Amino acid sequence: MQFSEQWLRSYVNPALDSEALSHTLTMAGLEVEALEPVAAMFTKVVVAQIISAEKHPDADRLQICKVDIGSGEPLQIVCGAANARAGLKAPCALVGAQLPSENAPGFNIKQAKVRGVESFGMMCSAKELGLADESSGLLELPEDIAVGQSIRDYLQLDDKLFTLKLTPNRSDCLSIVGIARDVAALTGAALKLSEISLAAAASGAKKGVEIQAVEACPRYAGRMVTGVNANAKTPDWMVRRLERSGLRSISAIVDITNYVLLELGQPLHAFDADKLQGNIQVRMAKPAEKIELLNQQIVVLDADMLVIADDSGAVALAGIMGGVSTAVSDSTRDIFLESAFFAPSAIVGKARRLNFSTDSSYRFERGVDFSNTRQALEHATTLIQQICGGIAGPVTEVVGKLPERQPVRLRMGRLLAVLGIELDAATVSKLFDQLGFAYKNVAGVFEVTPPSYRFDIEIEEDLIEEIARLHGYDNIPATAPHADMRMLPATETLISRTVLRDALAASGYQEIVSYSFVDESWERDLLGNANPIPLKNPIASNMSVMRSGLWGGLLDTLVYNLNRKQERVRLFEIGAIYTVSNGGYNETTRISALAYGDAMPEQWAASAREVDFYDLKADVDLLTHGFAKYEPATHPALHPGQSARVMIDNQAIGWIGKLHPKWQQHYQLPRGAVLFELDVAPLLKRGLMRYAEVGKFPPVRRDLAVIVDEKLPVQELLHTMRALRIPLVIGIALFDVYRGKSIADGKKSLAFLVLMQDTQKTLTDAEADEVMAKLLDSIVCQHHAELRK
Amino acid sequence: MEKLEQILPEAQRDFAACDTINDLEQAKARYLGKSGLLTEQLKGLGKLSAEERPAAGAAINVVKQGVEEALKVRREAILQAEQAQQLAAESLDVTLPARSNGKGGLHPVTLTLNRIEQLFHSIGFEVAEGPEIETDFYNFTALNIPDDHPARAMHDTFYVDDQHVLRTHTSPVQVHYMQDKEPPLKIIAPGRVYRVDSDATHSPMFHQVEGLWVDENISFANLKGVVQDFLQRFFERDDLQVRFRPSFFPFTEPSAEMDMSWNGGWLEIGGCGMVHPEVFRHVGIDSEKYRGFAFGLGVERLTMLRYGVNDLRLFFDNDMRFLKQFN
Repeated sequence: MQFSEQWLRSYVNPALDSEALSHTLTMAGLEVEALEPVAAMFTKVVVAQIISAEKHPDADRLQICKVDIGSGEPLQIVCGAANARAGLKAPCALVGAQLPSENAPGFNIKQAKVRGVESFGMMCSAKELGLADESSGLLELPEDIAVGQSIRDYLQLDDKLFTLKLTPNRSDCLSIVGIARDVAALTGAALKLSEISLAAAASGAKKGVEIQAVEACPRYAGRMVTGVNANAKTPDWMVRRLERSGLRSISAIVDITNYVLLELGQPLHAFDADKLQGNIQVRMAKPAEKIELLNQQIVVLDADMLVIADDSGAVALAGIMGGVSTAVSDSTRDIFLESAFFAPSAIVGKARRLNFSTDSSYRFERGVDFSNTRQALEHATTLIQQICGGIAGPVTEVVGKLPERQPVRLRMGRLLAVLGIELDAATVSKLFDQLGFAYKNVAGVFEVTPPSYRFDIEIEEDLIEEIARLHGYDNIPATAPHADMRMLPATETLISRTVLRDALAASGYQEIVSYSFVDESWERDLLGNANPIPLKNPIASNMSVMRSGLWGGLLDTLVYNLNRKQERVRLFEIGAIYTVSNGGYNETTRISALAYGDAMPEQWAASAREVDFYDLKADVDLLTHGFAKYEPATHPALHPGQSARVMIDNQAIGWIGKLHPKWQQHYQLPRGAVLFELDVAPLLKRGLMRYAEVGKFPPVRRDLAVIVDEKLPVQELLHTMRALRIPLVIGIALFDVYRGKSIADGKKSLAFLVLMQDTQKTLTDAEADEVMAKLLDSIVCQHHAELRK
Repeated sequence: MEKLEQILPEAQRDFAACDTINDLEQAKARYLGKSGLLTEQLKGLGKLSAEERPAAGAAINVVKQGVEEALKVRREAILQAEQAQQLAAESLDVTLPARSNGKGGLHPVTLTLNRIEQLFHSIGFEVAEGPEIETDFYNFTALNIPDDHPARAMHDTFYVDDQHVLRTHTSPVQVHYMQDKEPPLKIIAPGRVYRVDSDATHSPMFHQVEGLWVDENISFANLKGVVQDFLQRFFERDDLQVRFRPSFFPFTEPSAEMDMSWNGGWLEIGGCGMVHPEVFRHVGIDSEKYRGFAFGLGVERLTMLRYGVNDLRLFFDNDMRFLKQFN
């Protein structure tokens, strides 16, 4: 809602300057989004008339003008504007004037010689006064205005524009009078409402009105005004107020309806009466009924849309927009003027369904003062007669069941408890008085009847908010709550995601946040998900489906950074992925990482080596506390020979692997990338630590070197040996892999170290030998391992 | 055979000429070895008479002790010199850069979320979560935003299907939580939210933190107290001014916008209010017995103010040169 400060002050004029008024509004919930002067500052510019204009002897484009500024001798001014001509009234900046300039502070007008001719001032364009971004020639002023007066006064430029950001509950402030009413309540300043005189019915011209949709249209008033001059000029003051509310002048009749809408908040509609066939009906649309609206949109109406109709069918979408067939035009002579109250529920959502919003629908959706319908009609009639002439007919008014205003109870105790303040009943009474709410106070309970212009007072909390608003949110103290002190549970067997994040950050990964919606091809091709969850209204085609994995975002970020000359990139993200199962949507939190480039940053103390599968495996081991198992498996994004499913407790929890060379090529990566992605939930579980006796006797180490098939995964050998659960064995680890001389093709040599310990005594050689024999035996039998000699 | 009295000075000269332990050991052998000079002297005792022997033996021993002492002193000196040499040889340029595995770090939004959680945890708030693909009911209806309510137009909603949206705020988490638990309740709910909006100051995805405290005696004054306390602690500024002004949210009443003082002006940092009775009704909490406040904070906004970031889009570009500034 945008409006002129002067217009508002014509209704209520508190002793506050613009800034203070703005602050008062904002702190009362009518947020002032912008407060700006109507025009840039300038001085000593007056209305002037060119008496004569003669060509400059030494310049083709210049004229020497004699200019009347209303006093003294006419001034000689050299002017280059093409439209400078004798008789023209235009602004004139006198010597000493300051004009606005793009580079503050403005520039000064001085007496000057222009091509040898003295010039005592400057004739101005709209642009030179900062009134327009572009203009050609001098600003042409009406012929009938007095010369010599300040142009600022004439154009009322010492005004400010208020722009309010109104919340949907405050429909009562969608008009100048409504805002003035709230300002009066807030400041105690008097509200000056001009008397609205009833326009006398001087003709008998009338139209019948039949309301079929009584719930949707509780009140309808209309009247004929015949013999109007549709070409009448809208007065400057009205054009100015409309413009300062962001509305362009269209034609006098339309301007007047818009003006009353802004002033009183009552949307009006003027029909060309000659184009209406028969009486007015207010009804719901018929099946497949069509209308061409004023915005040229041809709409097939839905059954829940309210229309104004005549014998020919729908002529307006009630409370939203008029139709083309009955629109007023330059040739209109008789009009039928409508002022109605349509129920918010009948209007809400309809315009949005048609993908537009109008000033009218915006107000009806939120609630229009239903006691004001007739007043607005009378006011508009008076203005039309003043401006366009015409003779008014009698008002046809049909009133059905208007909204009831049930009294709302406010208990003092509740008020004070909810707000946490001290306030006495007298103060509350006074605040209701200021608001103009009717109330009774019975034993500490106020019974308040909301006024017809408020649609947001239905329950006790609504009144509490209203009291708080008037009392001032600033006057409510900020106090710490009192509560029972109890410790929060702290589950030691459940670690937080912070721990995972910190672990990866410590391993050199940078956390990223990428979008949850991604390009469909990432899903389909990179992750092999043929049915990702699509958005119905994506913001861009590359953000059209919900991700089922995080690698797309990591790779995209990798490319972004490689394009910015990063050479070693390590990234991770924790976030949800989205899948469908059992007809419902599932969200799983995943942790995912990518490493690209050298294993370590380039440095003097370590030789360069490209990051590989086993580097990232270390990170997965870290996150899984060493409990992960790795099963060779293939994934569309990964190199088939360097990828594995990550398992915990025989459950697949994610993937690790090197980016498939085809993707490396697709993303134009000069080097390979390694990735992993894991479900977060299993990583957060941790057994409670249990003490086990620390052996007092020294452990014995024995090594075991075997030759096995190249294809045999090491994990299987370890698994077999560990599955024996030999009590003396406290650890088995691989420490060497060898291929080459003395090892046959297709074979590899693996060296394990075995740590043994007895908690009760020192282990003998014989016992150790026996253990080693058992271990060897198990892998010889199960995996055809062969002891390396 | 050498004269006994010449042996000690000779040994001292010999030892002094040795620079290594090896040389010293060879020099030692010349005096104390199997056929060393002193050993020879001792062997010569046998040729003396029983009367002469003790005095001669004692004289040899004196010399022997002298030689051994000289040997010890020289050995110490050589060891010290050798160690000094080794230390000198092993000295490093301690200003060379450390061997490094590279440094990573957390996203600035995470840093802010961690801080928010930590501060609210300190007064007993727990963290709650809810789905991001949310039903229309939880995102709107249960929050007192029925179909066609003008407030729905304030939310530019991503639709997944007719019944599901990407949540437009973290407020639905309140509803889930209140359905599942009995008051008193004290939670914050951080997470991603989505709006169909993308320009220099809007991202289609961003983060919010919802806060909720429901108990028998919670007031609007408490809401002001907690939010102000949080902001002053978050920015580590006791003089930070917080302003509440009337606003409208269908799920709170009274409702307020929270502004904080910043560089001489006011900045909007979120919305809040007392839980609307209609919301309590949806989750079966008696609004005569319990009251509650709820607030929603914009995480990116807090992060920008805290660290001086001037462009929202930087958070989602994930430029390493930007992210590394927070490590």
